[in-house]
Amino acid sequence: MALDELKIGGMGASRRRVEDNRFIRGKGQYVDDIVLPGMLHMEILRSPVAHARIKSIDTSAAWEVPGVRLVMTGDTMAARNLAWMPTLSYDTQAVLATDKVRFQGQEVAAVIADDPYIAKDAASKIIVEYEQLPAIVNPMQAQDPNSPLIRDDKENQTNNKVFDWEIGDKSATDRAFADADVVSKIQLHYPRSHPSPMETCGSIADFDRATGKLTVYMTSQAPHIVRAAVAMVAELPEHMIRIVSPDLGGGFGNKVPIYPGYVISILASILTEHPVKWVEDKSSNLISTGFGRDVYLQGELALRKDGKILGMRMHTVSDHGAFFADAQPTKFKIGLMHSTFACYDVPAAHLTSEGWYTNKAPGGVAYRCSFRVTEAMFFQERMIHAAADDLGMDQAEFRRVNLVKDDMFPYRTAFGFLTDSGQYQKCLDLGLEAIGYSTFAQEQEEARKRGKLLGLGISTMTEPLGAGNSREYDIIGIKMFDSAELRVHMTGKAILRTGAKTQGQGHETTWAQIVAHELGIPADDIVVEEGDTDTAPFGMGTYASRSTPVAGAAVAMVARKIRAKARKIAAHLLEVSEEDIEWELGRFYVRGNQERGVTIQDCALAAYSNVPDGMEPGLENNAYYDPPNLTWPFAAYICKVEIDPETGVWDVLQFVAVDDCGVRINPLIVEGQIMGGLTEAYAMASMQYITFDEEGNCIGSNYMDYLLPTAWETPGFELYEVVTPCPHHPIGAKGIGECATVGGPAAFVNAVMNALKHTGVRNVDMPLMPNRVYEALQTGKDVSGMPPVKAG
Amino acid sequence: MTMTSLYEEVTQVPDGVPTRRVTITVNGQKRTVDVEPRLLLAHLIRQGLKLTGTHTGCDTTNCGACTVLFDGRPIKSCTMLAVQADGHKVETVEGMGTASELHPIQEGFKEEHGLQCGFCTPGMMLAAKALLEKNPNPTEDEVRWALSGNLCRCTGYQNIVKAVLWAADKMRDQQA
Amino acid sequence: MYPSRFEYDAPKTLEEAIAILDRSGGEAKVLAGGQSLVPMLKLRFASPERIVDINGIPGLDSFRVDADGTLRIGALVRHEDMENSALLEKSFPTLAGAASLVADPIVRVRGTFVGSVCHADPQGDWAATMVALGGRIVAQGPNGRREIEMSKFVLGPFVTALAFNEIAVEAVIPGAKGTARGGYLKLERRVGDFATASVAVSLDMTGATVNRAGCALAGVGGRTIDANEAISLLNGKELTEANIAAAAEAVAEAADPRTDHRGSADYKRHIVKTFVTRILTGIARTDQKAA
Repeated sequence: MALDELKIGGMGASRRRVEDNRFIRGKGQYVDDIVLPGMLHMEILRSPVAHARIKSIDTSAAWEVPGVRLVMTGDTMAARNLAWMPTLSYDTQAVLATDKVRFQGQEVAAVIADDPYIAKDAASKIIVEYEQLPAIVNPMQAQDPNSPLIRDDKENQTNNKVFDWEIGDKSATDRAFADADVVSKIQLHYPRSHPSPMETCGSIADFDRATGKLTVYMTSQAPHIVRAAVAMVAELPEHMIRIVSPDLGGGFGNKVPIYPGYVISILASILTEHPVKWVEDKSSNLISTGFGRDVYLQGELALRKDGKILGMRMHTVSDHGAFFADAQPTKFKIGLMHSTFACYDVPAAHLTSEGWYTNKAPGGVAYRCSFRVTEAMFFQERMIHAAADDLGMDQAEFRRVNLVKDDMFPYRTAFGFLTDSGQYQKCLDLGLEAIGYSTFAQEQEEARKRGKLLGLGISTMTEPLGAGNSREYDIIGIKMFDSAELRVHMTGKAILRTGAKTQGQGHETTWAQIVAHELGIPADDIVVEEGDTDTAPFGMGTYASRSTPVAGAAVAMVARKIRAKARKIAAHLLEVSEEDIEWELGRFYVRGNQERGVTIQDCALAAYSNVPDGMEPGLENNAYYDPPNLTWPFAAYICKVEIDPETGVWDVLQFVAVDDCGVRINPLIVEGQIMGGLTEAYAMASMQYITFDEEGNCIGSNYMDYLLPTAWETPGFELYEVVTPCPHHPIGAKGIGECATVGGPAAFVNAVMNALKHTGVRNVDMPLMPNRVYEALQTGKDVSGMPPVKAG
Repeated sequence: MTMTSLYEEVTQVPDGVPTRRVTITVNGQKRTVDVEPRLLLAHLIRQGLKLTGTHTGCDTTNCGACTVLFDGRPIKSCTMLAVQADGHKVETVEGMGTASELHPIQEGFKEEHGLQCGFCTPGMMLAAKALLEKNPNPTEDEVRWALSGNLCRCTGYQNIVKAVLWAADKMRDQQA
Repeated sequence: MYPSRFEYDAPKTLEEAIAILDRSGGEAKVLAGGQSLVPMLKLRFASPERIVDINGIPGLDSFRVDADGTLRIGALVRHEDMENSALLEKSFPTLAGAASLVADPIVRVRGTFVGSVCHADPQGDWAATMVALGGRIVAQGPNGRREIEMSKFVLGPFVTALAFNEIAVEAVIPGAKGTARGGYLKLERRVGDFATASVAVSLDMTGATVNRAGCALAGVGGRTIDANEAISLLNGKELTEANIAAAAEAVAEAADPRTDHRGSADYKRHIVKTFVTRILTGIARTDQKAA
């Protein structure tokens, strides 16, 4: 008898999470929870100014503090050729500043002491003399030919430009615009935001002189990339480096880059011959580690009168801070920005991009985002909203006209992506029905009589999740595939390891469900391990919603390899030829005689006790999965808001989310991902941003200024599902982790813009704080979030 | 650990730096320790008493990851000095249930998928415990209000609220 | 996250505490709820030589109303004690309105009313209610007690009239002679945010007539804005639409906001006007219904 898949915790089971068993008891083990014998503590002194030449650093008073073991400056690093390190985007980044500081919060010195309090005491005694330089706080200033050169450390760098990049067919796009009845334009700023996981970044470096082995416990979403990078930077042999990423208190892209603190702690451990712990505080995390977004987006649509989109043009200007340190696939300088408009049938498109250095912390990390798709989809859905208004068309109808139809898949986009599958109209219609779209106009009219402004906003999008394939996607040359290794023990229990790294997504639960689905081993009989480079197979880590599309696929593939071997064993046990063996969940049987069979557990035992002649014993294997394509989930997010016109305060009355992420491994976890993502979308739309003043001071260096919503403000979300299995993924799944963060913001903003439609306002930049909404209402003009431009 | 240890050396203090001896009842056990006055209660709990379920998430008393119960009421333990806890009772996540028997709030968080990365969870659960002790039958809005001093980045709160309501139901059933 | 070194005392009497402060010559800080002081220690914005913890001093947690209706709030009365008080709801609606908007629920368990007033944050909620209600702070020093009018207590941002060897032991708020009416509105972007603008209004009324109107503002100036003078045009009048509009206009005029990332000066002034109107209109409506 085949097993009941839901009962064994297989695919589709809302299995309660295994990892919760330790977290709810307070037994999770995060980096800061780890204590090693003889461990010292490190504090980093950071620059208080955004741009300055370092004239001198006096560390003598710091050395005098009792309990201090080591004080490090740029010179300490430079003596070992570690003052600079390569970034994940072929740039370099200062580890401890030697020449200049280039952003507020940059690492200038470090103190290693017996206790973190003492380290802090000593760090505050270091005297640094700065000669201040004008600060460049946005790309407009950066491109002024008179502005100071930020990266004077780089040979051949004569201005502040990071890159120019373009994609698409310019002449075809020009022709589309020449043929257009209507051209609709929009200009937006997607403000700088910080992923801000609750846990900050940190590391414990433990160099053992006796064995020559370096072990680093680290908050990393991609431990194997770190191992490779450390091997290159620190010139240590790779087999003598062990990176352990223990429980992570959230990541959201913040824990992908390699930060100076990690490198300093490693050298500190080598020099002191003690384990050295570095755990940054929240302000350090907010001012110095990977930001997201900060892109100026402008573009236009060529439209036919009946609503058909003929062509799209887009130009982006991105602010990368002082070092180009975000991880982007090598080929694509502005990430997957060109995934914009992928869910619409657009015949011609052209994208130009420029990136600029500024005196801000390195930015542009994929904050819950697949390499800039958040900006791409926000631009797309704000553009669509404005274009529908310009045409005088209904928002839903305009989307219907242009969405890719079900029978058009696989669909080649104007930028060359191949979207794999979907039922876009169905998702949209389901959402419209749920929100009561047909009666909304009437509702809006009635509210206006009460003095309230109602608005409804739609955001529909597909996004590319799960990079590679490895032909096109790599990070500093490391190809983007992933891996899994499965060992089935004698009694049919198993351990699975992957090269991904969970940060709350629940891999320990869902990976076991995939194995249960493939092998019929109950999920409870499978333990999942990740994050230790000495034991886990090589993988590119967890970000950009790539776990299920890539590592998840590897899990299915390795389980299939195991099943293939088990089938041979089953044939041996049942004394028939392999061709006569049939499989049902958890069991092989003889074709035509279903009673005669053996379970997968029987096969496991035999693998160690009774293998056929010529077969290697054991039941374990690994699989490396190089995806043939990205997966393309679809979402329709629809939001209804009410604005108080006297204050500009807006409330979400209803929010409907329809997600099609293909086959859902664990519906409960998928829904958790969607609600979490929608909350970050709401945060960005309403309050969460980091700005800088003219001197380059970060406004948003703590949770008093950098606002994250609480349970009180966060709206409730209504979730719906549509399932279009991914045609090229072994279990039909698509990515989901970031869909809501990517597609969500435009739904909120479009809703507010819809409520303001009568004023003629086309755009208010995020976050839509009450004062901005009120200003738009009062003036009838757009409200730009662009920081003040003053040439340097 | 023995039930009552008279004295534990828990922090490294250089010679000559004055310390104070304090006795705190932590999860029902009396713990006597010498601390520097400037030591934060959160650090004593984590590093000194090795109860690492209490997390520190921010520097500005906003996030609530370090929430513990102080004489039964929730406080942010990063915003109290360890010396202030002398003679008081502190309850941390480790004291909520036993290894084999969970508190209904712990069960609720697992049952309703009220956590993802787990970092905010101990603080959330203790804030919820304080709420349910005062108000055993809260509405959704009352739960949201009571938890608005604790930040979560993963869940979007909806399942946390469900988890607390689940626990409230169970606790009322147990009372009945 | 790691405070500087300091010495610590937990005196058992006020006299002892004051003696320590006196000996410390201005280098000591009083610790009550600690919800402003400890964060400042953690960020090393404050590095006092000595902390005098008054939490162990008995008698400072009294929260009561005298026979003449005067409210007395001891130095250790926590925000939370005031949040669920039926007494405030009835006799001090301005305080009741503010109680649940101070910081966040966990901070309110520990933070104190008097401590918050002494912190003298220009964005502080309680200081605004004290000014609107004509409250006083009782300060005790080596030479005994003195009462300081709220209008003379806050000297500037984070600066009060307390001498280095004095402790604010109590806040005293006079009760209404007639019926107490009032409210508190705050524009915050999320729970625990400081006020972009907030308005405290208190009215002492007989029937439909205002005997004395009080008002103060937070977040819209370098210190708590005393708008008592501005709103006094309501004294002796009824809450008609025209009177409300005139009062709101006058109060908004008293605000002294600055343009920053929370909004323009004009916007904040507009919010003040809107909130004054809303509070007064709400009172007028309730009273009409009651009548």
